[in-house]
Amino acid sequence: MNPIAAAPGGADLLLWVALPYICLAVFAVGHVWRYRQDQFGWTSRTTQLLEHRWLRWGSPLFHLGAFAVIAGHVVGLAVPASWTEAAGVSEHAYHTTAVALGSVAGVAMVSGLGMLCARRLLARRIRRTTDRSDKVLFPLLSATVLLGITATAAHNVFGGGYDYRSTVSVWFRGVFALHPQPEAIAGAPLLFQLHALSACLLFAAWPFTRLVHVWSAPVGYLTRPYLVYRRRATTPAPPVSGAAAGSRTGRAA
Amino acid sequence: MRVMAQIAMVMNLDKCIGCHTCSVTCKQTWTNRTGVEYAWFNNVETKPGVGYPRRYEDQEHWKGGWTLDRKGRLVLRSGGRVRRLLSLFSNPDLPSIEDYYEPVTYDYDNLVSAPAGPDMPVARPRSVLTGRPTSITWGANWEDGLGGAPEHAAGDPNLSGAWAEKVRFEFEQTFLFHLPRLCEHCLNPACVSACPSGAMYKRVEDGIVLVDQDRCRGWRMCVTACPYKKVYVNHATGKAEKCTFCFPRIEAGQPTVCSETCVGRLRYLGLLLYDADRVGEAAATPDERDLLDAQRDVFLDPFDPEVIAAARESGIPEDWLDAARRSPVYALVSKYRVALPLHPEYRTLPMVWYVPPLSPVLDAVTSAGGNQDDPDHVFAAVTRLRIPLEYLAELFTAGDTDVVGGVLMKLTALRSYMRQRTLGEPGDEAVVKAVGLTGREAEDLHRLLAVAKYRDRYVVPAAHKEDAAALTALENRCPVETSGEPEGRKVMLGIPTLRRRTPEAPAGGHL
Repeated sequence: MNPIAAAPGGADLLLWVALPYICLAVFAVGHVWRYRQDQFGWTSRTTQLLEHRWLRWGSPLFHLGAFAVIAGHVVGLAVPASWTEAAGVSEHAYHTTAVALGSVAGVAMVSGLGMLCARRLLARRIRRTTDRSDKVLFPLLSATVLLGITATAAHNVFGGGYDYRSTVSVWFRGVFALHPQPEAIAGAPLLFQLHALSACLLFAAWPFTRLVHVWSAPVGYLTRPYLVYRRRATTPAPPVSGAAAGSRTGRAA
Repeated sequence: MRVMAQIAMVMNLDKCIGCHTCSVTCKQTWTNRTGVEYAWFNNVETKPGVGYPRRYEDQEHWKGGWTLDRKGRLVLRSGGRVRRLLSLFSNPDLPSIEDYYEPVTYDYDNLVSAPAGPDMPVARPRSVLTGRPTSITWGANWEDGLGGAPEHAAGDPNLSGAWAEKVRFEFEQTFLFHLPRLCEHCLNPACVSACPSGAMYKRVEDGIVLVDQDRCRGWRMCVTACPYKKVYVNHATGKAEKCTFCFPRIEAGQPTVCSETCVGRLRYLGLLLYDADRVGEAAATPDERDLLDAQRDVFLDPFDPEVIAAARESGIPEDWLDAARRSPVYALVSKYRVALPLHPEYRTLPMVWYVPPLSPVLDAVTSAGGNQDDPDHVFAAVTRLRIPLEYLAELFTAGDTDVVGGVLMKLTALRSYMRQRTLGEPGDEAVVKAVGLTGREAEDLHRLLAVAKYRDRYVVPAAHKEDAAALTALENRCPVETSGEPEGRKVMLGIPTLRRRTPEAPAGGHL
């Protein structure tokens, strides 16, 4: 049984090879550029000061849901079906678990994001702080999330079941293995294709939006000493890692 | 002993008339920008009153500062490291803009562009946040001069305990004073300790606590952790901002803007030397009422030869040691012990101290029919009139009325002794002796508190920038090197050079 379609056409090459690589290149180069140029703008852009009732529920729901959804995608896309089967997980067991856990996480993420979008639209204070990057990010993120959960619902919860692990996942791994297989996803249902495309665009937009705060998750806080002292003058930097010390004399307020 | 120096402040509250000049000049200098319209790095509150933001002193609610856990270890009241990371997505203890106030501007344009009509045109208030007309319902000092106090003052978190009810009914006749507040630049800053990004820091050289705007990621934990609520979120940039202690001025040897412009001349700036190794231990003192002494013990005597040697060892320059010896802050805090910290029970070891106001007691003497110029009447009031005393104790000594009473007695004795001297009488030295001052010390303290010349109030040594300039130049400029010398000393062109004494160049040489 091979659900992978035959030779890819030009449109398929454009959509499933060219576009993903362009988006990934923008993602990588964009992050380097932003990190070097815009430390001052690199923030979560919190609006809790202005509105906290919706945020109180929306933000944790969205973020925790997103963590679970990302973990699910890592397992579903990066781990080949043969590996899980080798580990003794049957296709049916995998499918059932994925749908169950994925539904909970997906619903949490969608409802959280819904609340965050709602406050952004309905609370005038928040709406006024919304800048151009947010106007791209929120629709794009919402589209990606909604397409993803609709695809799952339509095909795997209420539908007959669609084994994306033998099509979409193959394409996904191919992109990163530098051995793109556009034909693997070309035959996938439209919802999965749209989900993949919007995700590509989301990755391209990532470095230019508030999403960069993801990379600043303050895990180091768990181990650093409570009190932070710094000297006013930068101490002479050791010759090798000279660049790091320079960035410490930033704006202060 | 690890000696560090800090520029600290003392305010003599008896002189504060609540004119808000410090707040206004501070705002004009630092926070007249989008995003921080609501933020006052310096504000003046009416006491008793709820303060700014509302009831910020209620740490049961806001979870600011430090507390001791069951084993007596120092922990942030808002929770440990894991708890902090778990509340990243929604910080449960963050004040909302309503707890400060909704910032407004006015339709000034209407004053000139309104069409001719029977009524005077008015400039209506407009919310800065929504751009819509709004009504002003709160501000940074809404109960100014006890305005609206019957309605609001009962919300003052310092009015608790058995005597609270009495105060609530009587305080309008009893007392009022103003409390100017700014960042305390604490020795044990909770905001710094709570910052997940490590963007906040305390400067080694002068103790100023700052936010690195390039490293702040907007996790807003500092706002919760600061018990004085003196770190603010800039809602336009999404980053934390706070009082900078006007570091560019301090580095140039000038007083802060709030001090410089203080009409009542009530602020003092000077160095305090402290032992950085003993900060943690002092902040973890078991009994709240011992925190004041514990903090004073962390401060070092700049006249002590051992301290001077250790300070030199730590790289504190000679002119700074000299400034530390002339510091009015050291005199008021450690020598005469008339200055007290604001809310020592928060365990942050704050570095802006206050000479408590005698005026509430004097008012009480007058309203009780006494003579406020008679020290016996005032002494009696200090010991008997519990209301102002207990209130001041809640603010400055974790509730210990003996300490506040002692300071007020000292101020009363000084007042009475100097009154006699000024009137040409010899002055009864027994009065000042009773509060632990000699006649000479009384004159000194009087000069510092009452005469308060500019150069006595502000002893701010300029920062040593020679090294900093040279090092910055090394980093930022293209290091053009002379050719020819293969392994010799590299010579930089157009760059200030450091002259350091080394074994090879005992007279000092290039870096």
